[in-house]
Amino acid sequence: MVYMKMKKLTFTSFLLLFASLVYAQEQFQKEFQTQFIMVEDGETIELPTGTFNLTTSLWLDGKKNITIKGAGRERTILTFKDQASGAEGIKVTNCEKITIEDLTVQDTKGDCIKVQETKGITFRNVLVEWTGKPNKKNGAYGLYPVMCTNVLIEKCEARGASDAGIYVGQSKHIIVRNSKAVNNVAGIEIENSLYADVYENEAIGNTGGILVFDLPGLIQKKGGYVRVFNNLIKENNYKNFAPKGNIVAKVPDGTGVMILATNNVEVFDNQIINNKTLGTGIFSYYMTEDPITDDEYYAYPTGIYIHDNTYERKRSKPTGKGRIGLMFRFKLKFGKDVPDIIYDGIKDAEKLDENKQWKPGYQICIKDNEGAEVVNIDAENDFENITFDADTYNCALNGFEKVILGSNQE
Amino acid sequence: MKKITLLILAFLSFCVSSYLTVHEEKKEGLILKPKASLSAYGFFKGDLKELNPAEGMLPYSLNTPLFSDYALKARFIKLPDGTGANYDAKEVFEFPKGTVLIKNFYYFNDFRKPEKGKNILETRLLIHEESGWKAYPYIWNEDQTDAFLEVAGGSKEISWKDSDGKKQKLNYLIPNMNQCKGCHIVGKEIKPIGPTARQLNGDFEYKHGTKNQLIHWQETGYLKNLPETEAIPRIFAWNDPHAGTLEQRARGWLDINCGHCHRPEGPANTSGLFLDYHTKDPFQLGIFKTPVAAGRGSGGHNYAIEPGNPDKSILVYRMASTDPGEMMPELGRTLVHEEGLALVKEWIQSLEAKDFEVKE
Repeated sequence: MVYMKMKKLTFTSFLLLFASLVYAQEQFQKEFQTQFIMVEDGETIELPTGTFNLTTSLWLDGKKNITIKGAGRERTILTFKDQASGAEGIKVTNCEKITIEDLTVQDTKGDCIKVQETKGITFRNVLVEWTGKPNKKNGAYGLYPVMCTNVLIEKCEARGASDAGIYVGQSKHIIVRNSKAVNNVAGIEIENSLYADVYENEAIGNTGGILVFDLPGLIQKKGGYVRVFNNLIKENNYKNFAPKGNIVAKVPDGTGVMILATNNVEVFDNQIINNKTLGTGIFSYYMTEDPITDDEYYAYPTGIYIHDNTYERKRSKPTGKGRIGLMFRFKLKFGKDVPDIIYDGIKDAEKLDENKQWKPGYQICIKDNEGAEVVNIDAENDFENITFDADTYNCALNGFEKVILGSNQE
Repeated sequence: MKKITLLILAFLSFCVSSYLTVHEEKKEGLILKPKASLSAYGFFKGDLKELNPAEGMLPYSLNTPLFSDYALKARFIKLPDGTGANYDAKEVFEFPKGTVLIKNFYYFNDFRKPEKGKNILETRLLIHEESGWKAYPYIWNEDQTDAFLEVAGGSKEISWKDSDGKKQKLNYLIPNMNQCKGCHIVGKEIKPIGPTARQLNGDFEYKHGTKNQLIHWQETGYLKNLPETEAIPRIFAWNDPHAGTLEQRARGWLDINCGHCHRPEGPANTSGLFLDYHTKDPFQLGIFKTPVAAGRGSGGHNYAIEPGNPDKSILVYRMASTDPGEMMPELGRTLVHEEGLALVKEWIQSLEAKDFEVKE
């Protein structure tokens, strides 16, 4: 009898314990969000050690000089697996000089951390991830600064994004360094963004390692002056799990670096290893076969300089999936020996002189790459004249400058 | 064993309570600026829950309101004595400093029998302060005697009987201050959304009879420079098939539900999709427009709107979703607005692909 009673009591205590835990979690949600709203300019929001199960995005708006700081990437974990409202984990809008560091955001319904219209945003030592196997139900972006200036991403890591792990869109003055992107559809993506340095990162096991894209229909029309260097871009052969309709759903598995319609991009000193389909692809937007309804949009990649990279590739078949898969099987027929650098050959006649040579500044220059074979697949003429003439691209471009993040830069 | 459990429990509750105490102090100072309770403003006379407007408070309604999980809204506006707003054909009227917009969200206990009483959940204030508009959420207490400012928002379990007598229940979400701003921001500033000429251009049942709201506002001095009636734009009631064309009603619904964000100056401008009433370009309106950052919100479809094919349009997919990672609008609802969805689908069905030339 006594034993029974005790058992009962213990059970009740456990119930109580459970109830207070739930209570505590709800309370943290409220307390964190209140801090995000009430924090004064110049202050730091310190998030304590612990795993916090949050159900609504934490939103910071209209603040200056704020640091959101966890106790460490393994210690402060904000998990959103039970998220009920707001698509992001953390959202920052209309701020200046914000730093987010030393924490993990995971399993959000939408993007992990979205930062919009902010001048000066630093992500440092932040892990953003979707746990479990990569899944199309995962949110789109891990780190997602958009329409920002002075973006610094360092020592961060992104895993499992169904679009891009680290994505910088419609922004200016950007550095992404010492970071890691694993098992995302796109590892690191720079889209419609100007002046970006992407270096000393690891992009491993994504569908596409590093993407530099310019897309139509956006507010910031043009990207460019992007430098991608000293990165390890390896085995990006993961099957594409992006939901259809999104541009990255068209990126073939096995893509190391892809430049899509961006102008003035320099790719150098990278290790581009065992990406089975496109070690590096230089494509116009026409390759997407999507209609262009934006009159101001420029669809051709020009001013591209690929040099001093190391390419390695195991003899193997490229992707067999999608339109690109069909292209490889029925048009290009490279078998298992797929060239490392593939240029679509679709040129803007206005950028060519009377000898069909590029006017200065608009060339595609490819040289001094170790182990690289270059091909022009002549997509413009239904792949009729596929050429391996590396000399065509033996030129150099200058005008690329180091990105300096300054508080007064526009 | 019992001892240990109790110890853990005690320790835990100590942690929680000490954490709360520390943070409670921090909160204290902030609540003082805007008033802590709704009653303190004196907007209503008598029993607060009856929402009887005090002197100078004007009730109003919109032709096509934003969907908020089927909640009903009692709206009021108060301008400082002797002031009036400036008419604007396109944007929200220019209201003087000191203006307050008051929106009360409630459900009838039984939508078939309003006399059985209502449950007011929250009251949102937009106050035009010296430094600009500010948004404050107030949450009503269980006794319905008052509502209290809660900057971090909250949630409430509620239930009601709908117009078919079916029992409905919902975890109703009350936005935090930043979420308020998330919808109300235009450029860098908070702005009201509802009180535009096109939305107020309709009749309202005042105590002393029915009248066009704009004319009434002009007569009370709340509105200046109202042009001739024919020159005033109008959104028709989204749910009145006899008012306006299908396109006008669908565009009106999209304008109020989406257009505050999806406009060139709104926070959803990153997408390049503009659903406000003034957008004319079919591509910007989403016709044959591919998504930018929709993620799984695309639902596997290629275009925001595929003319003649609502079920292959991303717009429809996201309106029909209740998953926070996919649904649109992303805030302010947990349910699907089935009737609004049907309207937009009908409109997309009526569009013909051949009318929208695609540039190659």
